[in-house]
Amino acid sequence: MTPALSIRNLTKTYKSGYTALKGIDLDVNPGDFFALLGPNGAGKSTTIGIVTSLVTKTGGKVFVFGQDIDTDFGRAKSCIGLVPQEINLNIFEPLIQILVNQAGYYGISRRRAGERAEYFLNKLGLWGRRNDAVRTLSGGMKRRMMIARALVHDPKLLILDEPTAGVDIEIRRSMWEFLHEINAAGTTIILTTHYLEEAESLCRHIAIIDSGTLVENTTMKSLLAKLRTETFILDLRTPLAQLPPLFGHEIRMLDDHTLEVEISRDGGINKLFADLSARNIEVLSLRNKTNRLEQLFMGLVEGNRQRIGVSQRKQA
Amino acid sequence: MTPDQKFVAFQTIFRKEVIRFSRIWIQTILPSVITTSLYFIIFGGLIGRQIHAMEGVRYMDFIVPGLIMMAVITNSYSNVVSSFYGAKFQRNIEEILVSPTPSWIILSGFIAGGVARGLVVGLVVTVVSLLFSHLHVYNPWVSISVALLTAVLFSLGGFINSIFARNFDDISIVPTFVLTPLTYLGGVFYSIRLLPEFWRRISLVNPILYMVNAFRYGFLGISDINLYLSYGIIIGFIVVLTAISLYLLERGYGMRT
Repeated sequence: MTPALSIRNLTKTYKSGYTALKGIDLDVNPGDFFALLGPNGAGKSTTIGIVTSLVTKTGGKVFVFGQDIDTDFGRAKSCIGLVPQEINLNIFEPLIQILVNQAGYYGISRRRAGERAEYFLNKLGLWGRRNDAVRTLSGGMKRRMMIARALVHDPKLLILDEPTAGVDIEIRRSMWEFLHEINAAGTTIILTTHYLEEAESLCRHIAIIDSGTLVENTTMKSLLAKLRTETFILDLRTPLAQLPPLFGHEIRMLDDHTLEVEISRDGGINKLFADLSARNIEVLSLRNKTNRLEQLFMGLVEGNRQRIGVSQRKQA
Repeated sequence: MTPDQKFVAFQTIFRKEVIRFSRIWIQTILPSVITTSLYFIIFGGLIGRQIHAMEGVRYMDFIVPGLIMMAVITNSYSNVVSSFYGAKFQRNIEEILVSPTPSWIILSGFIAGGVARGLVVGLVVTVVSLLFSHLHVYNPWVSISVALLTAVLFSLGGFINSIFARNFDDISIVPTFVLTPLTYLGGVFYSIRLLPEFWRRISLVNPILYMVNAFRYGFLGISDINLYLSYGIIIGFIVVLTAISLYLLERGYGMRT
């Protein structure tokens, strides 16, 4: 099976001498929903920039559905739809015109482009604003407009670089639903995001980049399975004067109404509740201290930095 | 992309450009018409009456082709420079850069847009000039071809300027400090035969002189410069500027990191 995206030994050194990518290998399967995560400056946007030809690579190879971006750039580009991180819409142009023009750059006739523009504007709740200039839209509408623009030529691979940045939770959720829908219809999606909850709920595969190297590349399921412990916050009904002895549990008192407890995956949560009930401690609510993926992400990035000595250099 | 798809991409860029300058016609078409009308009134009507015939024709009739050419040059240049730089500034040029549209189609689309505005404004100025002069067309094919080639040439100039421009000041430096002086000294208002030998020779270095004179030949049948030499110089510049533009576009200069 030809991968939707295949990257081999990709390197990028900017004119300033800064090396953003130090030889990345990555494969994304057709139909996948793939998360590309990493801290700021890790090399995610550089990777996306190279794949979409907005950044010139220093070395390595990139294939989009088997098409080499160096030699078959026309065919490779036809397969890709890009939602960039920063809003790059012409603020003076009406929405419908932007979409019809975008389709035109891919050689789609004006009549067909008009139909596709109508479809996506309706899908993303922007049809009523089709004749308005972009500058009159809210931030969330602009983000949705960028998704419509990326899809108007019917790409097989959709790349979203932080598509929900600055978008309220309601719109974010509706965007997730829409992305689920187009992924189910067969479009391969690569997503970068700072909302790890977003990556966890949407993506099946995940790669983590840090300091220009790939530190993890696996399925979401197997990555989450690596999590040995989870930290929960317990809100209590009545105040506690002091923490009673609870053997076998890593437990801290945050205040007289709140406990923080670390539960191992093997141990489970039932024994903790049994022990608390035995001491007449009533729990009102329970929540994760951090998102599960966030815990792993921080661990992987920190581990990588210690390995390559970034932390030491920064401190020096 | 198939040839049909490339044609659709070209049409898209061209149509977008025409819609852009038509939508803001008060900023793009009207100013040149007002400026040239003032030239007609002041230099042709008021001062021109005191000036003897130039090269055997009425002074007003002498300056009309140069003023039309000036409008063509300014508008074709500024259309491309402002549109392409605007797209770079807002980064919506990336819409085209991520698409499979080849560089030569991108260039052709923007140049065609610049040519369209240059010729539209040139035509409007020509119509306005009929109110002030008895315009006679000696050879329409020369007039049309020179206007077209000059519009292509200055659209290419505007394109290169916009690629190198890093801020809005950079797109006004060339028109203000290079284009305007060269146009004024390019024989729009006088025949270079009136100049002393030294300045006449210096004037021959100015490429706009060749365009103005070739265009004037199309209207009046008179020129300070050999017509074929003028065509040669205009086409030569077009070839060189096209090669530079395509090279910069392929490299993604100022657009790709």
